[in-house]
Amino acid sequence: MQSTPRHLPHPFCRPPCSSPGHQSSRTLLTLALQGALLSLGIGIGLGTQASAAETAPIKVGFMLPATGTYANLGNMIENGFKLYVAEQGGKLGGREITYFKVDDESDPAKATDNVNKLVKRDQVDVLVGTVHSGVALAMAKVARETNTLMIVPNAGADLITGAMCAKNIFRTSFTNWQPAYAMGKVAADKGHKKAITITWNYAAGNESAKGFAEGFEKGGGKVAQNLNLPFPNVEFQALLTEIAAQKPDAVYAFFAGGGAVKFVKDYVAAGLNKTIPLYGPGFLTDGTLEAQGAAAQGMLTTLHYADNLNTPRDNAFRLNFAKTYKTNADVYAVQGYDTAQLLASGLKAAGGDIRNREPLVAGMEKTLVDSPRGPFKLSPSHNPMQDIYIRQVNGKLNENKGIAIKALADPGRGCKM
Amino acid sequence: MELSTFFVQCLNAVQYGLLLFLVASGLTLIFGIMGVINLAHGSFYMLGAYLAFGLSPLFGNQFLLQLAAGVVLSVAIGFLLEWVFFSYLYQRNHLQQVLMTYSLILVFEEIRSLVAGNEVHGVAIPDWLSGGIRLGDVMTYPVYNLFASASCLVVALALYYVVNRTRLGMMIRAGASNRDMVRGLGIDIRLLYRIVFAAGVALAALAGMIAAPVSSVYPGMGGQILIICFVVVVIGGIGSISGALIAALLVGFVDTFGKVLFAQYSGVSVYLLMAAILLWRPEGLRNRGF
Repeated sequence: MQSTPRHLPHPFCRPPCSSPGHQSSRTLLTLALQGALLSLGIGIGLGTQASAAETAPIKVGFMLPATGTYANLGNMIENGFKLYVAEQGGKLGGREITYFKVDDESDPAKATDNVNKLVKRDQVDVLVGTVHSGVALAMAKVARETNTLMIVPNAGADLITGAMCAKNIFRTSFTNWQPAYAMGKVAADKGHKKAITITWNYAAGNESAKGFAEGFEKGGGKVAQNLNLPFPNVEFQALLTEIAAQKPDAVYAFFAGGGAVKFVKDYVAAGLNKTIPLYGPGFLTDGTLEAQGAAAQGMLTTLHYADNLNTPRDNAFRLNFAKTYKTNADVYAVQGYDTAQLLASGLKAAGGDIRNREPLVAGMEKTLVDSPRGPFKLSPSHNPMQDIYIRQVNGKLNENKGIAIKALADPGRGCKM
Repeated sequence: MELSTFFVQCLNAVQYGLLLFLVASGLTLIFGIMGVINLAHGSFYMLGAYLAFGLSPLFGNQFLLQLAAGVVLSVAIGFLLEWVFFSYLYQRNHLQQVLMTYSLILVFEEIRSLVAGNEVHGVAIPDWLSGGIRLGDVMTYPVYNLFASASCLVVALALYYVVNRTRLGMMIRAGASNRDMVRGLGIDIRLLYRIVFAAGVALAALAGMIAAPVSSVYPGMGGQILIICFVVVVIGGIGSISGALIAALLVGFVDTFGKVLFAQYSGVSVYLLMAAILLWRPEGLRNRGF
């Protein structure tokens, strides 16, 4: 953990430290010095001040989970970000980078306090975070109020680049709508007519179920029912029985982590997979294939990244990541890496001055991010317009089976910039 | 709802209820007899699940042997914990008990993170329990779930027998109603408490071991089960084992049918049940009835 030196008057102050009298004399001195500098500045020209701002390091504030269920995801995002910076020789847009870190604990209740530590205490130039959607929404609220530049490297809440969108808020990951909508199209293309969706009853689950329904019904199918259970309840048996009773052509499920593992296993144990194919967004199988074992084999999911993409860009990235961190890159590492890329393109357009907001934002809006997932541009609401891949589980990999929808853009509903 | 679907849902309800009973019985024993509010009980459930994860590669298909080994280990851990921590809690007030058992949750989670990592792990179902029984034309019912229900029933019967028909059970019941009198009769109450506590830990760990193959093991799994178990204990009447059984089955039915019939409100159905029962009988269904 790093932090900047702070000049707060100490309540039990002894003579050597700053007492009020001391401070006023010091302030006088500072003023005099500033006056001298100012006159110098006028003499030499205004360029000096700008160049001083340009040489100071850029303060990047990571607000990511360092403990709890998502700790590993936070770590991958941070490593991805730092890998890109290292590849650029430790600088972005010609500027050194200093990092400030706060563990958000994936706790929305603490989110506002945590983000203020970075914004008010450390006065970071750019906020990077986070994994949990609820925490990211609180961050976005503070970023809007304080006009702090913010890049979301994972959280998929539609709102962030929907009704809450802003000039200074960007996202390099996905919206919950994107993979879900693509899967709806894939399921409809396979000729399924009647589907059931099943999720936890919370924002991400409901957004995902709605996205699937939109894609599926556009393709001529019909979602008969949306089953849900309270987060993070994992007693699925009653709802599986309900699915068996209704006999749909397909089931779309949104769960993550331990819940995803149990759902996929329960679905197979109930024998439903023999007659009713199970589909989901990539989160259903990403990072949990070892635990799901045989139950997940052959399952189709959709996501903006896949194993075995086998493009030169992705291969180079994965090799470099594996060499640097002795572990395999995943979708979270890619998102962290692209966050650094997006920031670099903005800095380049702003001539390395991160406070030069207008050219910075314009540069980020226009850039083509050369992502390992495939190059992408941002939509008007600052979310990637990206290819969504169909992936099939084979062993411990989510193998690429082609593109479901090319350059899919989130509709950004409710976004007014 | 068709009749066949209805029967399958009843089966689901009974199965969930029995698993809940297995965890809650240990909680109600410790709470009712020793008067300790044990928030760390969910951690013992998690301990069992991770024991199953650690032991299953060693035992392979010898599943019953693995359960036995896990129970022996968890009894030993229970003995140790009672000796080092819980024996100091009996004379303290509830706030101090809550503080210490809550901090134990944090310690257990951290140990889990250091030893087993933060990933989700699967535990294989032994081959001889891995089949399914056909129910209707699309669904099969996993044999393992039936096995889990059967073992919970066996434990429930054994518990009933021990508490109501043996000398040890008599001492436990006596210790619950009057601690000083039992000590006056020359019974080593400290040893008795240690046994009860170890049994409570073993029950929760056994539930975790039985649940592990279907639920997989993951961080924070103890916290989820703890809350619902407190609901079961409160509905059943604190310290009552038969009450816990009735309450667990009630919760199983309300949760299962709540999910199917009132999907939007299924999160509150169990708590509505609790509120209603507490209005009707503030002491729970069978207070001090065993």
